[in-house]
Amino acid sequence: MTIFVFWVAAPLTIAMAVGTIVARKVVHSAICLCGAMVTLGLLYTTLEAPFLFVAQILVYTGSIMMLFLFTMMLIGIDRRESLTEIIRGQRVVSGIAIGALLALLVFTVAGAVSGGFGNLDEVNERHGGNAQGLAVLLFTKYAFIFEALAALVFTAALAAMVLAHSDQVRAQRSQRGLAAEKLQQYAATGANPAAAPGSGVYARTNSIAHPALLPDGSVADNSVSAVLSERGVVPSDVELLPILVAETAAEINGTLPIAGGA
Amino acid sequence: MSLSAYLIVSAVLFCIGLAGVLLRRNALVMFMGIELMLNAANLALVTFSEAHAELDGQVAAVFTMVVAATEVVVGLAIIITIFRSKASLNVDDARRLRH
Amino acid sequence: MYTSMLLMESGSFTLLAGNCWVLIAFPLLVAALLLLVRMSDSWLYSVGVGGVGVSFGYAVVLFIMMLGEPEPITVQLYTWLSIGDAEVTVSLLIDQLSILFALLVAGIGTLVAIYSVGYLSDEPERRRFFGLLNLFIAAMLLLVLADNYVLLFVGWEAVGLVSYLLIGFWQEKEVAANAAKKAFVMNRVADLGLLSAIAVLLTQIGTVRFTAVAEQLGAVGGSWAGVVGFALLLAACAKSAQVPLQSWLLDAMESPTPASALIHSATMVAAGGYLILRSLPIYMLAPTARLAVLLIGVLTLFGGAWMAATGRDIKRVLACSTTSQLGYLMLAAGLGPVGAVFAVFQLLTHGVIKAGLFLAVGTLTRRVGRSDLQGLGGLVKVLPYTFVAFACGYLATIGVPFLSGFYAKGHIIATAWETIPAFGALAVVGVGLGAFYMTRLLLLTFTGTARWQEAPIGAETSTETGAENRQPLRGSVSMRFSLTVLSLLALGGGLALNGWLPGWLQPVFAAEVSRTGLLYFDWLNYVTLGLLFVVVVGTVIYYRKVTPIWFKAASTADEVALVRIGAAELYADDALQRGVVAPLSTVSARVSWTESEVLENGARHLWRVIGRTSILMRRLQSGNVRTYVLLFVAGTAVLVSAMLLWAWV
Repeated sequence: MTIFVFWVAAPLTIAMAVGTIVARKVVHSAICLCGAMVTLGLLYTTLEAPFLFVAQILVYTGSIMMLFLFTMMLIGIDRRESLTEIIRGQRVVSGIAIGALLALLVFTVAGAVSGGFGNLDEVNERHGGNAQGLAVLLFTKYAFIFEALAALVFTAALAAMVLAHSDQVRAQRSQRGLAAEKLQQYAATGANPAAAPGSGVYARTNSIAHPALLPDGSVADNSVSAVLSERGVVPSDVELLPILVAETAAEINGTLPIAGGA
Repeated sequence: MSLSAYLIVSAVLFCIGLAGVLLRRNALVMFMGIELMLNAANLALVTFSEAHAELDGQVAAVFTMVVAATEVVVGLAIIITIFRSKASLNVDDARRLRH
Repeated sequence: MYTSMLLMESGSFTLLAGNCWVLIAFPLLVAALLLLVRMSDSWLYSVGVGGVGVSFGYAVVLFIMMLGEPEPITVQLYTWLSIGDAEVTVSLLIDQLSILFALLVAGIGTLVAIYSVGYLSDEPERRRFFGLLNLFIAAMLLLVLADNYVLLFVGWEAVGLVSYLLIGFWQEKEVAANAAKKAFVMNRVADLGLLSAIAVLLTQIGTVRFTAVAEQLGAVGGSWAGVVGFALLLAACAKSAQVPLQSWLLDAMESPTPASALIHSATMVAAGGYLILRSLPIYMLAPTARLAVLLIGVLTLFGGAWMAATGRDIKRVLACSTTSQLGYLMLAAGLGPVGAVFAVFQLLTHGVIKAGLFLAVGTLTRRVGRSDLQGLGGLVKVLPYTFVAFACGYLATIGVPFLSGFYAKGHIIATAWETIPAFGALAVVGVGLGAFYMTRLLLLTFTGTARWQEAPIGAETSTETGAENRQPLRGSVSMRFSLTVLSLLALGGGLALNGWLPGWLQPVFAAEVSRTGLLYFDWLNYVTLGLLFVVVVGTVIYYRKVTPIWFKAASTADEVALVRIGAAELYADDALQRGVVAPLSTVSARVSWTESEVLENGARHLWRVIGRTSILMRRLQSGNVRTYVLLFVAGTAVLVSAMLLWAWV
């Protein structure tokens, strides 16, 4: 059974891990990582570590991956990045370094254990279970480290809050401040402190491309967006004036023309 | 079956994680690479625990998880901060530590 | 009322003496105040004179109380250094010797300060002058009151510094600036001697206290006492401008005349003599060193007189005479305890006389605007008052009976005759020389026809003697006051000290002094007086004839070797130039060449190598996180492999 699980889980884990680092979309990476975590948990079960199996799934797929996903959502999920390397020689040297390290690790660590499986069952039984056994160690032998880690977690939470907090770049502008600013500009440059005239004051439509007309019938340029004027969709007063005259007459007569449009 | 197989898996996982850190430019993916490396270490610890029939290795793995969790919290916060100022997750863009 | 009651009480001396640091601290405080705070003239004068005056008053009160209670008192303020067994404390010693010196220093200091009020009334920098004057008094009192060599050294350095600052008081004059530097450097020679002595004392006996040194040094062995003696002699030579280290004192005459009067004649230059007197027990252990003191004394006595007899500037002649008179002091100090008593006598009387002479010369130069003998003459009609003051100093110096110089020198001659007759005879000849150059100075300055022209008041006068003579200045009340007091002291001081001083100094030197009677004349006195009379009359007759043509004949006079050497101030400067400055310049030129050619080039190459290396290394610092990670991983891999290989091999 153990061998079976291992041979299913181990290649899956490695495949997922490879998938994590080769996927072009971050979301795919994250999903692959989740898979790797789950299969790793399976490996833990074969190593008589049921507590870690549960913790692995809860902590990694449950919370850490959630954090990753949150971050992705904040940042934008559909970013694709190019996989072309821009640092010269990074791939080659990295390949050599990784290969060397792998050789070293296999050469040293893999040879570190000679025997087969130990009798961890007995140890677990002595404490009445794996979780209990870990608890005994956590609260006796490693109590100090446990406390230190608690402090670390606390500090990290605080650090995250401080880092994620964004400072206001400039002071918030109040209504009163805005008014004062406008009047100052008026005093300095003669800019109109009042609101710009709205579009289409005398228009038949509510189109923003329809300019307001001044009392003399000319177009008020600042009533429409400069972009629209640039595009040439804003009608000139030559076009507008006849329509306006006709409309006014119609209003007086009580009949509104159906046709029109700018 | 020997426990060496687990350790080899662990070593391979570690190197894959390392490759992620070295070759990818997306900060999030780099972080995932780091998580992979930590997990590889965890696997090795649990394997040793089994080999020696002692629970200390598993305790160490628990500790590693806690540290990994805190590291992710801080790291992601940093990523968000960088993103806010650079609008990019590319670590190569962040080569100068200034705005 | 309270003060007077304090004086009555028997324990009040202890109280007063216990706080004798006030003597030093007060002028120091005033100096700081004067140098740092701007103030109006009336404040400036009262504070400047008051600082010294308070010290003087304190010293007088201490002295009066000591008359009744002659036990010396050591006041330990705190432990300064404690190195192994050796301990250096900051402690002051009030005994019969130090209180006399404190009186001399503070007394002349006060008179000079009062004089300076008039003398420097048109000097824009007078605040600095008064500040430095107070600083000098503080330093000199520290030197005098110190109870060990290290503390004495502190004062020694400080007076050297103030001397430097005052010589260079008119630093815009290049001559003054150079003279200041010269004095400073020559004073370092004195430091060398004193520091060597202190080093020997600390290493050999571990104590530097005056009272303990001689005893313990005697226990260690004779040769060390000799080493200390010679080292101290070197210090004293440089400080007291003894031949062959006299040249700085002559150049030091660039300082304002009141400063010359106080520092470069009466007090600081006597510090060398004081050092020898304080170290007398050491010299009693080292006959060779004592003989060296005697020889230096006689050499200086004649060298100074020689220079003075041919000098052509009134201030420089007085400086030479100071050197010569200090030669008497050294001679006396080298004679042993009895001589030491008269050395103190000579020091005190010379201080007063020479201060008076200098102040008179100060009035004169301010009035006339120059100080070279070529441009003086006939001043007796113009400056009758100054002439009288100068004449008092003159009479006292040459040793007219019942005046200060007569007693001091008479006793020294007699003691020398008793100890080593040859030195006694030389000392008598020295009196003759002294009479000659002093008479010459008096005649060339005050008699004959005036060789100067009075500049109208308000006009800039000749810059011959520089900034000192901005405008002709007539003597003021304060200047006259100081001159009068000093002249009276010069006339009567010897009479007062003669019978009293040996008994007073008995606890210090333990000397058996026999001939101190007021009217005690022995045959040596008559010989001396005879010589004096002959020399004075001869000089007067000679210069009556020669003065009118003297200056025209100056060049012919130079053909006489004796005159030439004297006028060149014994070639001390040339010797220094050839013996010390030139070799040093050569060496430093070589060193400078090595520095610029070898070291700097080396540094330049090194710089290039480092620069190129860092340009290469800079590429590693790309800012790419991934590069860093890669380097880190590669490094780890290499390290681990190395460790594995190590374990495997």
